[in-house]
Amino acid sequence: MDLSFNAEERAFQDEVRGFIARNLTDEMKRATALTPSVFSDPDIGMAWQRTLHKQGWGAPGWPVEHGGPDWTPAQRWIFETESARAGVPNVNVMGVKMVGPVIIGFGSPEQKNFYLPRILSGEDYWCQGYSEPGSGSDLSSLKTRAVRDGDDYIINGTKIWTTHAHHANRMFALVRTSDGPRQQDGISFILIDMKTPGITTRPILTIGGDHEVNQVFFDDVRVPVANRVGEEGKGWTYGKYLLEFERGSGIASAKLREGLKAIADLAESDLTGRAIDSPDIATRISEVEVDIDALEMTELRVLAALQTGQNPGAVSSILKLRNSEIRQAVTRLGVDVIGHDALAVEPMRPLYKLNHEPAMPEEMLTVVPEYLNGRAYTIFGGTSEIQRDIIAKMMLGI
Amino acid sequence: MDLNLTDEQRLLRESAERFVAESYDADHRRKMANDPLGFSPAVWTQFAELGWLALPIAEEFDGLSGSAVEIGILMEAFGRGLVSEPYIATIVLGAALIERCGSTAQKRAILPKIADGSLKLALAHSERAARFDLAKVATTAHKTAQGWRLAGSKIAVLDGHAADEIIVSAHIHDHQGPSARIGLFLVPATTPSVAISDYERLGGGRACNIELSDVQLPKDALLGNGHDAQPAIEWAVDRAMAALGAEAVGIMQVLLDTTLEYTKIRKQFGRPLSANQVIRHRLADMAVQVDEARSMALRAALKVDADPVERARAASGAKAKIGRSARFVGEQSIQLHGGMGVTEELEVGAYFKRLVAFDTLFGGSAHHYGRHARLGRTTVPA
Repeated sequence: MDLSFNAEERAFQDEVRGFIARNLTDEMKRATALTPSVFSDPDIGMAWQRTLHKQGWGAPGWPVEHGGPDWTPAQRWIFETESARAGVPNVNVMGVKMVGPVIIGFGSPEQKNFYLPRILSGEDYWCQGYSEPGSGSDLSSLKTRAVRDGDDYIINGTKIWTTHAHHANRMFALVRTSDGPRQQDGISFILIDMKTPGITTRPILTIGGDHEVNQVFFDDVRVPVANRVGEEGKGWTYGKYLLEFERGSGIASAKLREGLKAIADLAESDLTGRAIDSPDIATRISEVEVDIDALEMTELRVLAALQTGQNPGAVSSILKLRNSEIRQAVTRLGVDVIGHDALAVEPMRPLYKLNHEPAMPEEMLTVVPEYLNGRAYTIFGGTSEIQRDIIAKMMLGI
Repeated sequence: MDLNLTDEQRLLRESAERFVAESYDADHRRKMANDPLGFSPAVWTQFAELGWLALPIAEEFDGLSGSAVEIGILMEAFGRGLVSEPYIATIVLGAALIERCGSTAQKRAILPKIADGSLKLALAHSERAARFDLAKVATTAHKTAQGWRLAGSKIAVLDGHAADEIIVSAHIHDHQGPSARIGLFLVPATTPSVAISDYERLGGGRACNIELSDVQLPKDALLGNGHDAQPAIEWAVDRAMAALGAEAVGIMQVLLDTTLEYTKIRKQFGRPLSANQVIRHRLADMAVQVDEARSMALRAALKVDADPVERARAASGAKAKIGRSARFVGEQSIQLHGGMGVTEELEVGAYFKRLVAFDTLFGGSAHHYGRHARLGRTTVPA
């Protein structure tokens, strides 16, 4: 075993660094640093997706025949780490990391040919239609219904917490196509054009002051049956496959480390009166850093085990649980580090287009909104309580 | 970058786990707990035959040139069995310091005997007033016409009662008076004026306190040429903490497995304990912490040869985090066993006590988070 890079890996690292240095503009970098929500705005994120695509790096996790770069686990690690270090924008993960793998795994040849290139190029922007007002953790109780009418389904119902539904031109959704004794069995996985008549979107503001999520309503929305992925009634299986990718396929530690570094830099700066000189703050920074070290090592262990291409399974729940808890620990620490400046609210969004002098130094603008919005990390993608249920069931057999 | 075990490493893990499962059962542990030596010389001989004593020693001194990853594999298996043989004292601390600080003659004289099992070592470094500060040494070594004169008190010496030679740290006083250098001295256990008082160690094995009252030593008792040994001591203790972390992972895994089984069998209110979500979530948290501990121990092992600051931060980070996890997993194992967990009738308590000893050895979580923080500062307070 060896954590250090060999000559080829170091050469690849240089290649990635060179690529980022040539292509990441100051504007993209600043916009990313000043985004206090989970995802970058599409104008920033998709610009980066197009840049990656031109290089052949648009979908690091995909197989080669669909446009993946055929990287080793070490190369993926280097790419993600260097991207986080440089502060690149978030791309549309709902496309590349969520619906993409499902279409690759279960879609028809026509669906693969149509959708996958559009995800790679950034032409399509996807949102995820899973949760409903009455179906949060108990996702399989969902009620949005798709009724067959000739070659179409007619969809009625509502989806909630839909990230960037106001930007997306496509949604993948779980809908009920039949009622059976097991509520998981009547669910289908369907791809919806957001411009279809009958779809309306209502914005929901989060406590950090950001418009990121929405509620989406479907009133007699007509979607071709050809837009269903895989078999009717098997959507739950595909949806769970996707959730494991959502929870476990990412390399989150590199971003956490950059987040902590930003807070530690503030703590060592005169802007905070050198918060780090308080032993309590210094120790808490170490506690979080060590937690990130542990997560990073677990991610590396999983990455080594994933070389054969199977999906991550229950360990993805450990990664999701710890990533979300550590993310919250970083943002909690941030609020304590900035001290007095935590009192000031800057309501203007996006922050990178601010046209007046803010009440606090720019480096601090995102700290409190990130803490507030960040409470969602232990809720979305399956709450921490659901993750513990999965770990107990899948890993411990209870 | 490569995180897969080699075939040799896989074989080592299998043979270590098999040895522990076959030879190191509850009966053996009970016998050892009442043994005045605290471990079995016959088992030590078996370790030698299996090549485990030679593992980290360089090939030129009859060793196998193994890495910290292999030591970790062995230690994790030892943890599963609560092995009480003096492996850390003799191999991980003792042999490493001889190899790093000793002269060629000293290495030739000592290392092959460690590898074949005929010589055991201990490190006497800690002192009461120093607490966990490895740089604080009050014991003195005065240069004399014949060699050296040592005086001082050492505490918490692992397996010192069983050692043939004890490595003692002391501040060197030469012809010019006191120096800033710490020297390491080889003291045969039978040397006059060396008073060893040993005691049963929490969680198995033994430790001792040592009084050195003007102990006379020959010139060549000093390891190497008298360079300051402080960096070597930090280095050796960081390696020991990585190894102990792996041992703690083995202990925690046994506690998790045992507790999980118990909650499936034990019925209250007409159903198994594990039917309750509060119990399932507790066990899930324990499983997550065991997994994190495993990651940290491996990380510390992979960084033992990194530059000193990176190595020390990895070791302290692992010690702090695994110590905290160990306490959680141990305490929750007792809690979920109910009243029986507090008794000597189950082995849960024995495993827990070894974890408490682990957390204490070389400093607890608070100490190591503090060391991690100090070493991580990019700027020094004005």
